[in-house]
Amino acid sequence: MARVKIEDLTKKFGDTVAVNKLNLEVEDKSLVCLLGPSGCGKTTTLRMIAGLETPTNGGIYIGDELVNDLSPAERDIAMVFQFYALYPTMTVAENLAFPLKAQKLTKREINDRVREVADVLHIAKILSRKPSQLTAGEAQRVAIGRAIVRRPRVYLLDEPLTNLDAKLRAFMRAELKKLQKDLGQTTIYVTHDQLEAITMADKIAVMDRGVLQQYDVPENIYDRPKNLFVAGFIGSPPMNFIDCTMVESDGKFLADSGEFRLDLSEMSDVLKRQLSTNEVILGVRPEHIVAQTRRLGPDSIDAEVYVAEPMGDQSILSLKIGRHLIKTVVPISMEADVGSRVWIDFNRDKLHIIDSRTETTIV
Amino acid sequence: MRRSNKKTILRTIRFVMIALATIVFVFPIYWMFVTSFKTRVDMFAMPPKWVFTPTLENYMDVFLKVHYTIYGLTPTPTDFDRFLFNSVLISLSSVALSVGFGTLAAYSFSRFELKGKDTWLFFILSTRMLPPIAVLVPMFLMYRTLGLMNTHIGLILLYTMFNLSFAVWMMKGFIDEIPKELEEAAMIDGYSRIRAFIKATLPQALTGMAATAVFCLITSWNEFAFAYVTSGFESRTVPVSLARIRGESGINWGLITASEVIYLMPVIIFTFLMQRYLLRGVTFGTIKK
Amino acid sequence: MARVSLENVTKKTGALCPVFGFTLEVKDKEFTTLLGPSGSGKTTVLRLVAGLERLDSGHIYIDDSVADDLTPADRDVAMVFQTYALYPHLSVYRNLASPLEARKMPKTEIDRDVKEVADILRISHLLNKMPIHLSGGEMQRVAIGRAIIRRPKVFLFDEPLTNLDAKLRVHMRAELKRLQRDIGQTTLYATHDEVEAMTMSDRIAVMRRGKIEQYDSPSVIYNNPQNYFVASFIGTPPMNFIDCSYLERDGKAYLDAASFSIDVSDLSQTLKERGSDSEMILGIRPSDVSVNREPVTHSSIETEVYVLEPMGSMAILDLNVAGKIFKVRVPKHFKARTGERVWITFTRERMHVFDKKTGRTII
Repeated sequence: MARVKIEDLTKKFGDTVAVNKLNLEVEDKSLVCLLGPSGCGKTTTLRMIAGLETPTNGGIYIGDELVNDLSPAERDIAMVFQFYALYPTMTVAENLAFPLKAQKLTKREINDRVREVADVLHIAKILSRKPSQLTAGEAQRVAIGRAIVRRPRVYLLDEPLTNLDAKLRAFMRAELKKLQKDLGQTTIYVTHDQLEAITMADKIAVMDRGVLQQYDVPENIYDRPKNLFVAGFIGSPPMNFIDCTMVESDGKFLADSGEFRLDLSEMSDVLKRQLSTNEVILGVRPEHIVAQTRRLGPDSIDAEVYVAEPMGDQSILSLKIGRHLIKTVVPISMEADVGSRVWIDFNRDKLHIIDSRTETTIV
Repeated sequence: MRRSNKKTILRTIRFVMIALATIVFVFPIYWMFVTSFKTRVDMFAMPPKWVFTPTLENYMDVFLKVHYTIYGLTPTPTDFDRFLFNSVLISLSSVALSVGFGTLAAYSFSRFELKGKDTWLFFILSTRMLPPIAVLVPMFLMYRTLGLMNTHIGLILLYTMFNLSFAVWMMKGFIDEIPKELEEAAMIDGYSRIRAFIKATLPQALTGMAATAVFCLITSWNEFAFAYVTSGFESRTVPVSLARIRGESGINWGLITASEVIYLMPVIIFTFLMQRYLLRGVTFGTIKK
Repeated sequence: MARVSLENVTKKTGALCPVFGFTLEVKDKEFTTLLGPSGSGKTTVLRLVAGLERLDSGHIYIDDSVADDLTPADRDVAMVFQTYALYPHLSVYRNLASPLEARKMPKTEIDRDVKEVADILRISHLLNKMPIHLSGGEMQRVAIGRAIIRRPKVFLFDEPLTNLDAKLRVHMRAELKRLQRDIGQTTLYATHDEVEAMTMSDRIAVMRRGKIEQYDSPSVIYNNPQNYFVASFIGTPPMNFIDCSYLERDGKAYLDAASFSIDVSDLSQTLKERGSDSEMILGIRPSDVSVNREPVTHSSIETEVYVLEPMGSMAILDLNVAGKIFKVRVPKHFKARTGERVWITFTRERMHVFDKKTGRTII
């Protein structure tokens, strides 16, 4: 039983603040992802939870116990590193057994546990091999196995899938998620790949430059990003951003992008109250833009195809509207060559209006 | 609290041990340095004098001998400057040759597929396994026959030969670390392999060359046995000249220590200048990606 | 402007990833991708074309003249390495100028070309910086700049996007494609990422262990893979495969897998003719399968939910079909719990059948 609670956690390296007053609560048995670009403080946070770094300020609680002064060994956690860190001179079985030797179990018990873990991870066949003889996927599973074998309170994973090729990564994502659900262990997972986070996590903590941006379930992070950074970071292809100025004309409240205008009158109360400036950023995801080769309605905006990227049964079109470049997803059957003209409409329910100055999402 | 107490005790013990080791290693150098500033009287005082008035007379003795001549007491220059010049010339030349050729050879070993490459590398390494002094007599005979006795070139060739194997091995490690894509990009850009080497690989190899140069320099600078055996007056190096000081009126420790301090200076200065490159250079080649 | 042609090229000696009897013809201005897993020999082919490796047998033609014995400098090709290979001790300006300096062009011309290329790639503000101070994306653009500045006959790209983070990779894909189109040079591009290959190429050569499996346009490769390997390699998530046997019963033909059968009476002629025996593999893409809570047609198959992977704009449902994992694309808000029973239906026109022994496509 292990909740992990982080209170006002701060870490400074000299003058640089790597982690800034982080507050986070990881529920027991859940998988929480620390997501963010490199340098955002996620690995530092993980290392502080592990005990490999000492916090400058703040407290870390594992299972309601303050663990700041405990060494990593005393915290009953297991960590899987980005580079597996397997002992090259030992066989897979010996690698798996190694953490247990420190715990003074009998030889019999150790063997049983190793067998058990090997079965769960489908690595029973390679128990007698050495790390240099393993494929990347197998090595990764051994690294995970070595973490599981101890049955710690909390699992910490530091970008474990980054070094695998695309296909293996896709496979391991599903496996890891299933494994975590089966084992029912509290897991904290660090990654910069937003797809991994969305696929696997129960909750995602998006971080940027040491500060927590949003901590929520994946659907909310995707559908209701709190600010510009989160909106732009989650989603592939990424959300389109269009700079606009809010103007009033003919009693209507419009967002003017320089090339086209969008009537936002129905949201005018909310917008007028919450906007700190009339410079806004219009955010809309590629899948919420409908593109057609002919004009759909009076509000359709025309655009020129800049690049077409076919992806099997769909295609990503990059469209040029004046100085803006917008991406949209269309079925592969649509005729869209470079330079041709298309008309687009935005799905009005899925628009995000972001305040230019504060970068927070209003709608 | 427990944890920090234990930590402090361990730290103190570690500190004491390091301090003791440092004292043991540094003391001879300290002693030499201090002695060079003492008068003869102070030098032999028992118990040893820690505080004394320093004198520069030993340093003057290094460069000037005071003779009784027909003019009375006149100072004449010693030959120390010649010996110093010899040492510098011979050492720097051999270092330049061994690092230069060593780097080129290392590049070939690193980039090209040669038949029996491993055998060659082992062979080169094996020349270091032999204590140089084992070949002292044969070298002496060879040199005498070839007329290389008492020549600068003789010692330069000798030191180059000793250092070359070391240089090849050191530099191969460094060059292995330099991605070959750099010179490949240069070749695609339009440079021949040699120009690509000079333009793309060499700048990256400089730190390794600096580190290698320092080690080769130290070896050549301090070499005694071969220099003693092969040199006459013209090619004599400083270490040999120091050994000969003994022959005169008792052992002039002041003169010896002062000479040593002077002789030490160039190497210390050189290493100090290369310091930045040295640390990076020593560990660089050892870490395999 | 040049065709590149490889005729029966073999490279075995001293090559980590050998190439056998490789024949390929890239048309002028065409963007051809060498796609394959690591070890398939795509980098070897690239290096052979560049002149960094010597052929064992066969010929390489650049612009219809034999290039076998030419040095890299004489072949007039440009290469962008996976690790960019920028000269670390030279500024961006000097890096870009390097190919022109090698050809001893006058300084004023060099200056003009460097500024022009920097403009196109939007790196003009970085001209005085050293590579060590650049971000991954910036370094990559400098590497591309160094390649295009000479206006060579052929561009060779060796997995240039692999070292970039996910967001930048998506962005640079579109940029590279657009750039190639604008500059109009023959391009040979090696990658293991099939999404890159699909979105950017005019034609893809799928490689495995030194041989070409199929050389066609992306849509043909996607819709009509010639064999099992190509079908499994292209497409994210990958095609689902089920082992089955062809049998006839009561005047009808079936493909029989362990837990279900599919009526293939209308295809029986083709299957009997082209199949070497009755052991076959059924292939269907995740996007060509529909999921419902009850059977839709009499060919619907009952399965059990393994795990649900949300992916932002849609989700992947992993199902347990006769002990194997079967992936289906489902809409974003699809809800399913592990262990639930659902029914899947295949889109018949999109089914593929492969001969199990030879791997070749039957349908």
